[in-house]
Order: sequence, then structure tokens, then C-alpha cells
Amino acid sequence: MLTLDGLVVEQEGFRLEAGLAVPEGAICALLGPSGAGKSTLLSVIAGFVAPAAGRVSWQGRDLAPLPPGRRPLSILFQDQNLFPHLTVAQNLGLGLRPDLRLSPADHARIDEALARTGLAGLGPRKPGTLSGGQQGRVALARALLRRRPLLLLDEPFSALGPGLKAEMLDLVRGIAAETGTTVLMVSHDPADARRIAPLTILVAEGRALPPAPTAALLDHPPPVLAAYLGK
Amino acid sequence: MARGPVAIDRGAIWPGLAVLALVLALVLGPLALVLAQAGGAGAITAADWAAVRFTLWQAALSAGLSTVLAVPVARALARRRFAGRAALVTALGAPFILPVIVAVLGLLALFGRAGILGRALTALGLPPVPIYGLQGVLVAHLFLNLPLAVRMILNGWAAIPPERFRLAAALGLAPRDVARLIERPMLRATLPGVALSIFLVCLTSFTVILIMGGGPRATSLGLAIYQAFRLEFALGHAASLAALQLALGLAATGAGLMVLRPAAFGAGRGLASLAPPADPKWLARIADALAIALLALFLALPVGLAALAGLAHLPGLEAEVLRAGARSMVIALAASALATAGALLAGQAIAHLPARSGRLADAAAMLALGVSPLVIGTGAFLAIRPFADPVRLALPVTLLANALMAFPFALRILAPDLAALRADYGRLSQSLGLTGRARLRLVTLPRLRRPLAFAAGLSAALSMGDLGVITLFSDPAQATLPALLYQRMGQYRMDEAYGISALLMGLSFGLFWAFDRMGRKDADA
Repeated sequence: MLTLDGLVVEQEGFRLEAGLAVPEGAICALLGPSGAGKSTLLSVIAGFVAPAAGRVSWQGRDLAPLPPGRRPLSILFQDQNLFPHLTVAQNLGLGLRPDLRLSPADHARIDEALARTGLAGLGPRKPGTLSGGQQGRVALARALLRRRPLLLLDEPFSALGPGLKAEMLDLVRGIAAETGTTVLMVSHDPADARRIAPLTILVAEGRALPPAPTAALLDHPPPVLAAYLGK
Repeated sequence: MARGPVAIDRGAIWPGLAVLALVLALVLGPLALVLAQAGGAGAITAADWAAVRFTLWQAALSAGLSTVLAVPVARALARRRFAGRAALVTALGAPFILPVIVAVLGLLALFGRAGILGRALTALGLPPVPIYGLQGVLVAHLFLNLPLAVRMILNGWAAIPPERFRLAAALGLAPRDVARLIERPMLRATLPGVALSIFLVCLTSFTVILIMGGGPRATSLGLAIYQAFRLEFALGHAASLAALQLALGLAATGAGLMVLRPAAFGAGRGLASLAPPADPKWLARIADALAIALLALFLALPVGLAALAGLAHLPGLEAEVLRAGARSMVIALAASALATAGALLAGQAIAHLPARSGRLADAAAMLALGVSPLVIGTGAFLAIRPFADPVRLALPVTLLANALMAFPFALRILAPDLAALRADYGRLSQSLGLTGRARLRLVTLPRLRRPLAFAAGLSAALSMGDLGVITLFSDPAQATLPALLYQRMGQYRMDEAYGISALLMGLSFGLFWAFDRMGRKDADA
């Protein structure tokens, strides 16, 4: 279980409070107006931004002392998820060993992850030669290899067309179901949440509310969400 | 990304802070030594104050003249398009890596008594151009700094959004109105920085004044240190002069840093995407053509003359010259490696520190700009003397001094790319646990290949052409190439001097070119 306990995030002219828990294995969307702090909240959980107060814990363990790379999570950013000068296989290898000293067994696992994400044979290519959808798959394949129990998605597929995006979300759902990964997903689009996230955290007016069932929330939105959705 | 209390990546910071501490120790260490030595040993004389005044005066004049003369040339280059323009703009960077002593030799070949202009004037029954003394110093400083000034101002023009010129054209504004409304505000913002940068460079200029200056009316502090060392053997006096020079250099650099961020001498980045409206009047066109042609001639003639005179004598160079060349080469490569590696670590620390401490660390690094090689030499001499014969360590000290002088330039080249690297891939690296040496090997070095090669090439060329510390210690058995060139000029063995200068020029440009090429090779995504 991911627990945000009395969490307060403060930045210039910005304040966000969160006290909530996400059950293990859940896929949970973060919805809310832009500027509300959805991405910032992920940054705090990932360890890039230190909270002003409160704590983030996973299975009861406080994450504060851990640097981002040691936290039990993988994160996909909106862009720059891959190093353009490294091959696809090397980018994946970073998920196994950050110093890229890979064993034959590691290479076998990389090939396996490539196959699982529909990228078989693309290992030697550079990311720049792949399509946007394929690049998203590479980033997902790396998260798969890292085997962290928590996956944070900071709108990594927002630049894709609706069809491709749906495809990627289905892939996320499939991988999460296989591995029991807990997923937190920032989104601008309520359809994304409906598609794969049974739970939704509403982030608005300086607060991140506890996860609520997505369908009910979207069908009967509270006023601030209704305003955002334009209902 | 939103700014906030960001978790700091310590591994990226401490090696750079160690480098910065070392740089500060090398900058301020000589001061402590020198002050301990100087205590009463050498009182400051009236002649020394004259040297202080000359140092400031020549630097101010050089800065003022370079800046004022650069404006019409930069404007002409900004608003005219012609064949060879791109090559000329690239060539504007050349004087920065041209060994100063070669530039001086070239200027003497043009303006000197026995030079082309001198002989022409004599043939016409006119007196020769006075090239020694203040005039000579100014001409040489103009030659070295005018191109940089033009480039910096040209960048100012390029930074004006094209939309302004489009709007001006749409409103039918005359060139005079464009100048008043758009260009003059840009110049007001740009010129002080340009002038200040050149002032700082000229404040610690040594080679030019060593050769062109001298005498009671044209002796700078650097030259006075040299004379106290070499002619009077008055170490105490040299020490007090070095303290004065260091105080002056640090004060000026410190004051400068408060006013400006030192200009990057980086690769000429994108120049005007939309040229300012070209004044169609033929008088303006002639004036622009004249400004560009004069600058091109002023740059090309001395270098061309020195190169021409030297090429003929290249094959006859003695083994001693070649040994000096090899020595200089080794020093240049080692100094370049030190400066570039130090700048990489320091730049990484600066990029990862919170904004305010980063600026402070950056300023501390830039203090190295204010240090004269003569001060480092004096400090090293004082530091080594109790333990060993300083002359035997002349080359290591030269290496260290050259690395220290190249350091701020290397840092200026790398800093923007390190900042961009952190912005683009810092979080990704952190999230993957990619730190320390693995990050250096897998991310930093491959991503920064081009600027690293550029910084290394620039540092190597600067070190190759430096004539500073070595003059204090000089011992014919371990002369560097510039030191040997200076010797031959002093002995009026001009044929040899031209030969050496051609070799020196070739090596400096060759080193720069080789590094730069390495950086461009199979660069991808």
C-alpha cells in the first residue's frame, strides 16, 4: 500500500496537501485542472521534490531516506524517457544495471522484455529512429525489467494520437495485471481514467483527495471536477 | 519543471566542489605566499604606481577602442549578406586561439620599421608608424580583441527577435528609426559587458606589453614583475608587485562579475535568422563594405605576413626548435586535459547546486580570469624555493598555470550544455539510479562530446601559445616554443623567429582543429 501521510508540498505560490492511501495492485488515475499539482505530487513520491511536511511510505516503510533510483518505483516522464545516444537495448539495460555491465542472462531478459512489448528485433536501433508509440513501449519495457512494485506515469503518452494512446494504456494494464504492479497515472483525459483506472484521485484546490471509484466520480462529479470537465 | 526544495544529487556535486576549492587555492594561495614574503621586503615605489596607472589606462583604452570600433563592423555584418560572410564570422574566433606572440610578430611585420607599411612610408619620405609603446600595445590589443567584440555585438543583433524588424518594416520605419527604437537599446545593454570583458582580458595581458611596451611610460604590472624577477633579482619587490596585480585583477573581476556574466566565447551559435533592414543608400553600403573590408584586412594581413615569412623557414628549423615544440605539445595536451576535466566536474556541481549557491560557485570559478600568469609564477617560485630549485620545476608550473587560465573558458563553454543535460536527463538518470562514474561514462561524456572537444581544443591552443610563467624561469634547456620564439626575436634572428612562429601557429590551430573534429565525428542524435 502506498501511503501519503499528512503530506504538505510547498513551492513558490503553491501549496498541496495530501493524506491518502492507494491499495497494492490498484491502477489509480490522478485527475484535476492543470496547475493543481498532479505532476508535483508524482515528483514528491518519486523523490525529486522534498515535501515540506508529512511522509510518503510504501508497505509501511518511509521513503524519505531513499534517493529516486532506490525507491521501489519506476517513473515515466512526459518526455525524455530515453537516452537518444544509447541503443534501445542499452536503454533497457539501464533498468537492470545502471552501469550497463550486462551478462548474457541480462541480454536474454532484455530480448524477452522487447518481445513482450512488441518491439522484438529493435534492440540495436537508436530511439530517434523509432515512432513515438514505439518509444513509449521502450520506456514501458524498461519499467517491466526494473520490476519495481510501483509505476508512476506522468502523462508519458500525451503526445500520441487517441488510438495509439489507448493501445499503450492497454499494455500498461496488461503488464500491471501480470506483475501486480500498483500504477499511479496523471491524466488530462477522463477517458484514460475510465479505460484502465478503477480508482481516481482528484487533485484540486490545494488538496489531493483519497482515491474514489472512477465511474461514480465521473458520473456524479463534485463542482470543481464538473467545472474542469465542462459539465 | 516547478522549482522547489529539490532533493540534491550529492554525488554530482562534491568532486566539482573539490575542483573549485583547488582553483580558489591556486588563485588565492600565491597571494598569501606573496604577502608573507612581501612584508616590507619591497616597498612600492613611484614607478610601481606608474605601472598600476599604465595597466589600468591601457586596459581601459583597449576596451573602449575595441568596443567603439566593433559597432559599425558588427552592424555591417548584421545587415549585409555576401559571399564569404559565414567564413569571416568564423574567422573572427581565430585571434582567440592564435598565439599572442605570433600576432605580435605579424603586427611588427606589417607596421614595424622593417615591415611592409614602414618601408612604404620610408620610401615616401614619411616617418614610420610608432608601433612600440602605448600605440603598439593598443594596436595589438585591438587585433586580439576587436574580433571578439564584433562577435559579441553580432550576437546581440542576432538576439533581437526577427518580429521586431518585421514590424518595423511593416510600419515603414527608416533605418534611422530602426536604429533608435530597436538597435540602440540592444547596444546599450550589450556594450558594457563587451567593454568590461575586454578590460579584464587586457588587465592581465603580458606578452603584448612585454614586446610592444617597456620603458617608464609603457610598463604594466606584469612587466614590472618580470623585470623585478629577471633584471633586478629582487624577489621581495616582485612579490609586492604580484600582490598589487592580484588585488587589481580580483577586484576588477569581482566588480565585473557583479555587473555581467562573462561572455561565452562558445561556438558561433545561430546568427540572425532575419537580417535587420539593409540601408539601401549607396553611402551606407560603401561605409558597410569599408568597415568589413578594413576589419578583414586588419586581421588577415599580419597573420598572412607572418605565415608567409615563416613557411619558407620551416624546413630549416633546428632540432632545438622541434624539441621545444614537442615540450609545448605535451604541456598543452596535459593542461587541456586538466582544464577540461576540472571544468566538467565544476560545471556539473554548478548545474546541480541550488540556483543561488550555483551562481556563487560559478563566480568563484570565474575569479581565475583575474589571475595573471606572472602572479602564479611568482607564487610558485616562492612556494617551491624552500624545497627545490624552482627552475627545474618550470614546466610543471607552466602546465598548472596554463590549465588554471584555460579553466574559466572551458567552464563557460561547458556550463550551458551541462545545465541543459541536467534539465533534460537529470531526473531520468536519477530515477534509474544512474550516478557517479556510470553516469559520466554513459550519459555525460557521450552527450557532451562536442562541447568537451571544443573546450579541450581551445584549452590546448591557449596553452600552446602561452608565453607567461615560462619567461620567469626560462632556461634554454627547457624552453617552450613561445619562449624560444621570444628568445629569437630578442636576438634579432628574425628568419628563425618567423619559422618558429609558423610552426607555433600550425600547432595551435592544428590542436584546436583536431579536437574539434573529434567532437564532430559520428555525432548522432
